[in-house]
Amino acid sequence: MSAVTLKVNGRTHTLDLDPATPLLYTLSDDLELRGPKFGCGLGQCGACTVILNGNAVRSCITPVKTAASGEITTLEGLGTPEKPHPIQQAFIDEQAAQCGFCVSGIIMTAKAFLDKNPKADKEQIRQAMSSVLCRCFTHVRMLAAIERYARGVKA
Amino acid sequence: MMTPDMSSAANAALKREGFSRRDFLKSSGALIVSFSMTGQSAWAQFGAPVGGSPPISQLDSWIAIAADGSVTAYSGKEELGQGISVAQAQLVAEELCVPFQRVKLIYCDTAFTPDQAYTAGSQSHPANFNHANLAQAGATARESLIRLASERLSVPVDQLTAADGAVSVRSNPSRRVGYGDLVGGKKFNLTLDAKARRKDPREWTVLGKPVQNPDLPAIVTGQFEFVHNVRVPGMLHGRVVRPPAVGASVMSVDESSVQGMPGVVEVFVRKNFVGVVAEKPWQALQAAGKLKVAWTPGTGLPKQADFADHLRKQPVRDTLLVDSKDTEQKLSEAPAILKATYYHPYQMHGSVGSSCAVADVQGEKATLWSPTQAVWYQRSTTALLLGLKPENIRVIFRRGSGCYGLNGADTVTYDAALLSQAVGKPVRVQLTRKDEMAWENFGNAFLMEERAGVDGRGNIVAWEHEAWSPALGNRPGAGTPGNVITGFLAGFQPNPFRPSSSPAPAPTRYNNNSNGVPSYFAGRIDGADKGTGNITSERSLVHNVLSPFWTGPLRSPARLQNTFAHECFMDELASKVKADPVEYRVRHLSFPRLRDVVTAAAKAAKWDTRPSPKPAITRTGVASGRGFACVAYEGDNGYAAMVVELDVNQDTGSISVKRIVVSNDCGPISNPNGLRNQLEGGALQGMSRCLGEEVTWDDEKITSFDWRTYHSLPLGFDVPKIETVLLNRPDEEATGAGETSITIVAAAIGNAIFDATGARLRQSPFTPERVKAALAARV
Repeated sequence: MSAVTLKVNGRTHTLDLDPATPLLYTLSDDLELRGPKFGCGLGQCGACTVILNGNAVRSCITPVKTAASGEITTLEGLGTPEKPHPIQQAFIDEQAAQCGFCVSGIIMTAKAFLDKNPKADKEQIRQAMSSVLCRCFTHVRMLAAIERYARGVKA
Repeated sequence: MMTPDMSSAANAALKREGFSRRDFLKSSGALIVSFSMTGQSAWAQFGAPVGGSPPISQLDSWIAIAADGSVTAYSGKEELGQGISVAQAQLVAEELCVPFQRVKLIYCDTAFTPDQAYTAGSQSHPANFNHANLAQAGATARESLIRLASERLSVPVDQLTAADGAVSVRSNPSRRVGYGDLVGGKKFNLTLDAKARRKDPREWTVLGKPVQNPDLPAIVTGQFEFVHNVRVPGMLHGRVVRPPAVGASVMSVDESSVQGMPGVVEVFVRKNFVGVVAEKPWQALQAAGKLKVAWTPGTGLPKQADFADHLRKQPVRDTLLVDSKDTEQKLSEAPAILKATYYHPYQMHGSVGSSCAVADVQGEKATLWSPTQAVWYQRSTTALLLGLKPENIRVIFRRGSGCYGLNGADTVTYDAALLSQAVGKPVRVQLTRKDEMAWENFGNAFLMEERAGVDGRGNIVAWEHEAWSPALGNRPGAGTPGNVITGFLAGFQPNPFRPSSSPAPAPTRYNNNSNGVPSYFAGRIDGADKGTGNITSERSLVHNVLSPFWTGPLRSPARLQNTFAHECFMDELASKVKADPVEYRVRHLSFPRLRDVVTAAAKAAKWDTRPSPKPAITRTGVASGRGFACVAYEGDNGYAAMVVELDVNQDTGSISVKRIVVSNDCGPISNPNGLRNQLEGGALQGMSRCLGEEVTWDDEKITSFDWRTYHSLPLGFDVPKIETVLLNRPDEEATGAGETSITIVAAAIGNAIFDATGARLRQSPFTPERVKAALAARV
């Protein structure tokens, strides 16, 4: 165990934990955040995706110590139910969820990509989303939501 | 608003206040009284246990109206992601004449909600939207409120009207009385009135409209509470250690192997169930990995490559769904006959989040937060597992990751319950990916043979369907925890398989719940035609055999597999007689609603009427084609048809679906937006299943246990354009709608591949290797 300092959604937390603990466990169990989800624990599905220093990372396979010096953003850090971030609003506008479990990882993956590639076209967005899973297959609406947000970013 | 708000706000309150809904109920019209607030455990704070389900015949079991006029509805049908919670709140708002936002919906909590068995099998829409249960409760409540207003205002009932949560005099709308004034906070004390008038769908103002899902703002901002997010004070974390091979048993467990590991609280073993409890989930995971367990060798598995032959050689228990007893003769007389064999693999639910539950077992009492599809059965079977009385267990549904049927939800609830009982503290268990995927109850494999004869005009004169389907375990139901892996490991047995050497008895009633009977059969039993087609020389025989793997319902169980064979074979027949696949279907259908979805899909897709395969096929490069399929889901529980347009790369064997048009009839449409979401998701999930999904194994264990070994289409695949055609039927009964489109995808895609290339795929999934093999086999 050792003290690890994390900056999550603009707030600094100092925690006493095993520095090998995956970041996901710290976010969801120590900080009780509901955005990042455990999907596979293998970095394969994307449900745990958070943004670390501007990059989408799979928090289930990222040791917490490697995130200690960075800025971490989770789904909660974007907006609130009363004032959602535009990408969150795009998912509401497109009614882009069924069970909703994967939504956090999908929004964070899309946001990190579009932050860096604001002019991405439909095909580039599709490729950027080629390693995240939605098993309800709400694909049509989710891709439409991401494109809706991307158009807003460009505009 | 709906449960999620209840869920977010009230759940937060529940956390703070130790799970009491006392205040909530007080303000919403007391449904259940006599709460005790003594004691510290979750259960004690919750209060006296219910002895059983609130009586479903009583209005107060379904609807309560608070003094402020707000409405609380209680349902035994839960939100799994299929959109039923939105539609149920619409239904209550509609029948009660209140705004949608004024309805709170609480579903699936054994402390409050009526026992409606499972939320499964496309049964929620028919159960709660016709002339019983929640719908009839709404109508009964509205009429009761009008009667109460009649007494209060001294105006005859026929001169009153209900709107916006109040009853007013038609001729003088300023004379009105609100629901809160009429009944607020008190019970109705009424039995559901079968004669209470359901509103005509033509009068609807809330139902039938595309209402947005009120869960979404919380979901997209990370505020929504999934079962994975349930946190209970003092909660520990468990992990299970499953056997390394199918049929392996525990010989010994070396507890010293995890001694001294940080946070480890308990190693628990009961027969072949092994679990570890620790203070933190990461600690539990590491301990579960380090724990030394000696297992016996497994019982061995049949070779996957020969599995279809293996199925044919197993002891069987047979069921005849329909048998005109003349098929053999008619087939021998037919000018031409066609035979084909189809195989569908085991597939898995593969929820994106591995299953999770929280249990708090304190002495004789327990509270479970579970994503189960049946809270009351979870209660009775957990009682058996723990040796507790059912009435001392409360099961609270919390949404899990989308399940599509019997995923790990029930089994992980048992895991959490066993481990919580072992340590006497609340325990959360989330399965690892491998625990989930190697041990879930898979969707059944199916081997299917089709034989049919056609006459000189190309009409089908006789058709036989014969299927072999392996099964082991199932939903636990009211008393069989051994139907899923945890219950079995802990010492319970699954439903016994009893082979029978005698032939199946003749069917006495028509039941096409499994879609074992093709849509084109007359379904004649005792002289009455109950099917949807006009083929009267007909036979459908199912051989049930024992499965080496756990099986259970997976979205469109048996129906998808049977329909894959029927609808591909119908295409083969049409091709053999050089008929257009749509025209040929219509020719053999008698049921207007099924014919209508067929013609609606063809029309919307601008179907090119001609036989398959298309003329002048090239044998290399990219070929394009179109395919068709349709279904009367469960025989009579929803109707759908689909056109698929796709490209086949004949050099690589890869399939690229370009366009899907799906038509659907589910009776009166409750929420068009939710319905479209289900049809779209079903179409794409069906694509993923028929293009890549297949459970695999070696000689002792499952080898498809993560997303590298089990192949799901990701979000960013080449998603086709999907068009939905909704047929609204205001004069019909409500049917299911969540499993129709997925049922017909595999056949529509297989038929389109044939149309494009002349190659017939009879084994799902249509992997590039199988496509190339079928292309190479062309004559």
